[in-house]
Parts: sequence; structure tokens; C-alpha cells
Amino acid sequence: MRFGVVRFPGTCDDVDALEACARVGDAEILWHGDRDLKGVDAVVVPGGFSYGDYLRVGAIARFSPVMESVVGFARGGGPVLGICNGFQVLCEAGLLPGALLPNVGLRFICRQVGVVVERTDTAWTSACDPGQILSIPVKHTTGRYFVPDAGALEDAGQVVLRYQSHGNPNGSSNDIAGVCNEGRNVVGLMPHPEHAVDVLLGSADGLRLFESAARVGVPA
Amino acid sequence: MRARVLVRPKAGILDPQGIAVERALPALGFEGVQNVHVGRLIELDVEDPGQLDDMCRKLLVNPLIEDYEVVDAG
Repeated sequence: MRFGVVRFPGTCDDVDALEACARVGDAEILWHGDRDLKGVDAVVVPGGFSYGDYLRVGAIARFSPVMESVVGFARGGGPVLGICNGFQVLCEAGLLPGALLPNVGLRFICRQVGVVVERTDTAWTSACDPGQILSIPVKHTTGRYFVPDAGALEDAGQVVLRYQSHGNPNGSSNDIAGVCNEGRNVVGLMPHPEHAVDVLLGSADGLRLFESAARVGVPA
Repeated sequence: MRARVLVRPKAGILDPQGIAVERALPALGFEGVQNVHVGRLIELDVEDPGQLDDMCRKLLVNPLIEDYEVVDAG
């Protein structure tokens, strides 16, 4: 199992994502200016401030050469995970529904949160138990998930992760912390599983997401 | 053409920046201010103004969360 971790100018969580992937498989960096995905089996779009967050978060990164290839890979069923800024990029790219808005409190938030696993039938949560609560940190300013019809998203079973009751840090609709596409191979979330892969970091719960993708293995 | 694109948070979507400004003004003695919204202003010279709507929809604006208006800035 080989993971590719995308690096844009301004990405800052790529090394942690690489380390997290390396715990369950092989991992390498995919440079934003390259169209070649190097034959990886799964792609992680990590957090940071791609292209300085200019215009809107994720708006410019979406048009980078590597994203053209990532969109094609995702449309072909390849597992893609977007974390924080990566989630914002995948929404802007149209791979995931919705958009991320400034936190209700307008402040940068950095803290450990409890996240409930609502769906285990996605490429990135299959190694979790249904209803399992993962302890994972969030760190963002623009993390308020918004989708025009949250009810339809719920009905379609595309709400994958939800902040624990009364634990919504940013004002997201329906306490949504992570969603998937209709094909369930693309998942995006605001919390950072790559920062929670060892008990020394306070929690190893984030590892479950990477284990899930490794379990799916090489796509047919 | 010198174009001015005014980008606003879509009506009905919570605009915490607008709320923060609305609350700050009375603290400075400015009373009677309501419905404050904070958006974005983009100015650009374009050879073909007919492309502006397409530019807005594809890059300058996220139509899911923002409304826009194109103004001829002369």
C-alpha cells in the first residue's frame, strides 16, 4: 500500500501526514506542480495554508496541476482523504459537497475534540467501529462546515464524522466534522487524524483512518 | 474595461464578521447601525467583459456561499 501526500506552497501538515501514512504503508510526497501521482494507491491532501489562503481557503490550490490528477484519481474510485485545508480544497474542487466558512467565534481554535464515527462504509473509516468516539485535535479558523441542504446529506449517509454533542467547536451545520462523496472513496474532515497517531501525542485514534485505507488496499 | 466585482456572503448564511463589526460600532459611539455584512472587493482590467460571469463562477466566487455583482468601474 503506497500513500501519496500532496504538498502545495503553504502546506504545513504534510510531514505529519507522511509519518501517519508510513505507520501503515509506504508514503511519499506529491508536489503540487506535478501531474504524476507516481502510481500511489491512496492520496492524502493535508492541512496548512495552500497558496496563502488567498481569495478563499482552497480556491487556488484546486487549480494546481496535481489536483487535476487527484480529481481524475478520485472520480475513478481511488481513496482520497482531505484534512483541514485539504478538506477545503476538495470542497472547492467539487469532489465533496459543501464549503467551509469562518468559525462562528471568528477565533483560531486548537484543541482536542471528540468525534463520533457515523459511517464505517467509507474508504477511510472502515477500520473504525460504528459510533466509536475518536479523540483527535482540531486547529483551524475556517472550519464551519456548511451545505445548503444538510438533511439531504444526512439522508444520503454522507455525514461520516460528527463532533460529540455540545462539542461543536466552530458552528458547523448538524455538528458535522467530516463528510464523504457519493462513491464513499473521498472523505474530508476538519480534525487532524495525522496528529493523533501515537499515545505520546495524546491519542492514537487518528491511525484508524489510515488503517482503513490500507485495509482497502490496492484499488482494482 | 475596468471591472469591480463585489462579493457578499450569501443571504441567510451566518456572517460572524458582520456581527462582530455591528457590535463594535456602538462601542465607539456609533448608534443605529444594522445588517452589517463583510464581503470582498476585486478590481480587474479585462479585455472581454463577457467572460466576467464565467470568471466569477469558476474562481472569484464560491456560488454556494457567496453572491456577487459586477460593476463597470470605468
